[in-house]
Amino acid sequence: MAYSDKLIDHYENPRNVGTLDKSSEDVGTGLVGAPACGDVMKLQIKVDAQGIIEDAKFKTFGCGSAIASSSLVTEWVKGKSVDEAAAIRNTEIAEHLALPPVKIHCSVLAEDAIKAAVADYREKKGIKKDAAE
Amino acid sequence: MINANQNSPVYLDYQATTPTDPRVVEAMMPYFGGKFGNPHSRNHHFGWEAEAAVETARAQIASIIGANPKEVIYTSGATESNNLALKGVARFHKDRKNHIITCVTEHKCVLDTCRHLEQEGFEVTYLPVQENGLVDLDTLRAAIRENTLIVSIMAANNEIGVIQPIAEIGAICRENKVYFHTDAAQAVGKIPLDVEAMNIDLMSISGHKVYGPMGIGALYVRRRPRVRLVPMINGGGQERGMRSGTLPTPLCVGLGEACAIAEREMGAEAERLRMLRDRMYTRITDRLAEVYVNGDMDQRLPGNLNLSFAYVEGEGLMMGIKELAVSSGSACTSASLEPSYVLRALGVEEELAHTSLRLGLGRFTTEEEVDYAADRICAEVERLREMSPLWEMAQEGIDIKSIEWAEH
Amino acid sequence: MTDPVYLDHNATTPVRPEAAAALAAAMAATGNPSSVHGFGRAAREAVEAARDDVAALVGARAGDVVFTGGGTESNALALAGCGRRRVLASAVEHPSVLAAADELIPVDGDGVVDLAALDRLLDGRGADTVVSAMLANNETGVLQPVARVAEVARRHGALVHCDAVQAAGKVAVDMAALGADLLTLSAHKLGGPMGAGALVLAPGTDLAPLLRGGGQERGRRAGTENLPGIAAFATAARVARRELETFAGLARLRDRLERRLRAAAPAARVFGAAAPRLPNTTCVAMPGVPGATQVMALDLAGYAVSAGAACSSGKVAPSHVLAAMGADPADADGAIRVSLGWTTKESDVDGFAATWAALYGRLGHGAGAALKTAPAA
Repeated sequence: MAYSDKLIDHYENPRNVGTLDKSSEDVGTGLVGAPACGDVMKLQIKVDAQGIIEDAKFKTFGCGSAIASSSLVTEWVKGKSVDEAAAIRNTEIAEHLALPPVKIHCSVLAEDAIKAAVADYREKKGIKKDAAE
Repeated sequence: MINANQNSPVYLDYQATTPTDPRVVEAMMPYFGGKFGNPHSRNHHFGWEAEAAVETARAQIASIIGANPKEVIYTSGATESNNLALKGVARFHKDRKNHIITCVTEHKCVLDTCRHLEQEGFEVTYLPVQENGLVDLDTLRAAIRENTLIVSIMAANNEIGVIQPIAEIGAICRENKVYFHTDAAQAVGKIPLDVEAMNIDLMSISGHKVYGPMGIGALYVRRRPRVRLVPMINGGGQERGMRSGTLPTPLCVGLGEACAIAEREMGAEAERLRMLRDRMYTRITDRLAEVYVNGDMDQRLPGNLNLSFAYVEGEGLMMGIKELAVSSGSACTSASLEPSYVLRALGVEEELAHTSLRLGLGRFTTEEEVDYAADRICAEVERLREMSPLWEMAQEGIDIKSIEWAEH
Repeated sequence: MTDPVYLDHNATTPVRPEAAAALAAAMAATGNPSSVHGFGRAAREAVEAARDDVAALVGARAGDVVFTGGGTESNALALAGCGRRRVLASAVEHPSVLAAADELIPVDGDGVVDLAALDRLLDGRGADTVVSAMLANNETGVLQPVARVAEVARRHGALVHCDAVQAAGKVAVDMAALGADLLTLSAHKLGGPMGAGALVLAPGTDLAPLLRGGGQERGRRAGTENLPGIAAFATAARVARRELETFAGLARLRDRLERRLRAAAPAARVFGAAAPRLPNTTCVAMPGVPGATQVMALDLAGYAVSAGAACSSGKVAPSHVLAAMGADPADADGAIRVSLGWTTKESDVDGFAATWAALYGRLGHGAGAALKTAPAA
């Protein structure tokens, strides 16, 4: 199984590793996966007053593909609106990193992580999902 | 030798396969060249020369396990030996006894063969293991019944290196008039084995796990009292009718030479490897917290270390230490999300099983390599822990088990 | 004494130098093809490259090649694993096929399968039968009309297994043209090492494994792959395929040999001479002299040949192949097999013919007379 250069770059030089204050009103936190399955992703977004994601951080327990997938999405979501971020599909992640078939679940988990972070943010803000769309 | 190239990774996967010892290669090469005869050609010098070489090798193999050469039959490898031992004995005796006892941490080929025999109408008891990976003798005793035909327990485990109490198991089997088969692929040449003292009736041997060639193995089959089996491969009647097919002279010679070298050097080599293994363990645990050994540390192959690095996923770790060739207990690469069944059988929790590495040291491992490997592992574990949400939670005092994980 | 001359290439043939080089290179490396690290991935790549070469030798797809420990294992695997209850084998098959056979298909005086008999044996029972017919016989070199066997078999819904151990690398083999569902190959008969072989499947053929375990060979043959053996097998297959024309040229030497033997002993019988044969094999009876006596005397004179096949673990039994061909027991008793190979020179053949003729003159029916008729060259 050969990994793509992009994937290896994200694994070796992960972007935006870290933690935001999860108690803050403008931070949404998503925690997905399970230790027993070998993958856990924590993804956080910090949203400005205009609803634009100004910062994102992640921490991931998992294989190289899981780490790269989460690193990639933190790059992608920055500068996007929460709605745009929530629209990121796992297939885009898988394609960008050229994930091998057995690693597709890592991109699914990354998509879930963004959605969970966005949902957490919206819940804090009292925004109903319907209203936002 | 194998790390002659400076850019080549450090090989620490000696339980997967061992390099062929150059002395073994040297012994084999003439038989790939001028001494090319078919050992079953009875009519000419080429055949006799090959036959003599095959028989010398057979005696070398017999010697390392305390057997008579006539009790050693060649196979294509330990997988065939295990298949033949179990299916062969089971099918021969199926009308008399149909219960088989094995253990949950056996090699896949033993477990798969047993499952296949269940489909053929045999009953199989899969013994659990204790937390240290060892079979409990009382549990074994209790599992033996009137119709128990054979017990198959491996001598040393391929993942965690634990050494089962073979002599005690042999004694129990003999007492109960049950055949005893042991898969000794990982143990031959690493620890002393004696088929007489240990009451072993059948023993599987692998070439490429003992610094011999791939494509060759052996099965020890006791003659007194005689163990009978139904062959899987019929034809020319070679190997006392138990396994037909042209004997691959160079491979037989290689396995024989590998056994002879191992028999000579085992004592000193085991001591050297134990020191290196312990050095590696100390160097890692001196620097890192929350590192756990899987399997008993005393009843263990000297060249095996299997560690769980809590909060760091094994496959991700392997990717970060590409300067080292090791294997992971996390089986995610095979598309299944199941961690190692061996670690699970020890009661290692799944999250820890996912964090394990198998470090296999062997004949060509140096102290320098051990230090380098330990340092690389520590550095990478530290890096990945900084990236691990679980490590962060643990540092904050959050009990990971208290969280409701959405298992996918 | 000069180096003995080896004329027993059907028993085993020396490893081709190219194959020996591949083998040595693979043995110097390390790595289990199932391991995920670099050593393992390199080993995996080598196995898969080898699969392409072996597939090409018989016109198959790489994914349909199952590596095994040798020809005997491949035969056992094919016949036990193809899912047919009844094994119908030609009477001249290798013992590893005969061991699995339920019924035998008779052959004619030249050792060629009787197709009418096959048709009868299959009548109404094709669906649970596998027919096993070898492409070339190891003792006589006689080639079977496997494509026609397959035609008959297919008409009855039977599967076809072809033991091509002796043919592959000696004559062109095309899986599809033969119509075989399963085809057996052995490395050491075509210039590769002992301990490696393959079972090649026609696309879509199911196979239950004989060896269970680690899931190697797509679950069709468990066990760590014999990487050096496989790599050298593939190299030998590549070389043999390239050298097929050269090998065909051995027929000229073989025919020259047979002419000389017949000139020395006009009563000498060559078995299967009227049938298509491998270019390298002759099975010839010296009137009045047991084969065992001949091979012993020939060995002392520096020529390695065989009386019958090399598999029967020491026991001297009459050849089942010649018996099936209806050979006169006295003829069969005097039969030896001379098989040429890629190392054989014209002088080897001529020297052998002269030695054989002298032996005939000393011991044979024509004792005393033969020496005079033996060719001077």
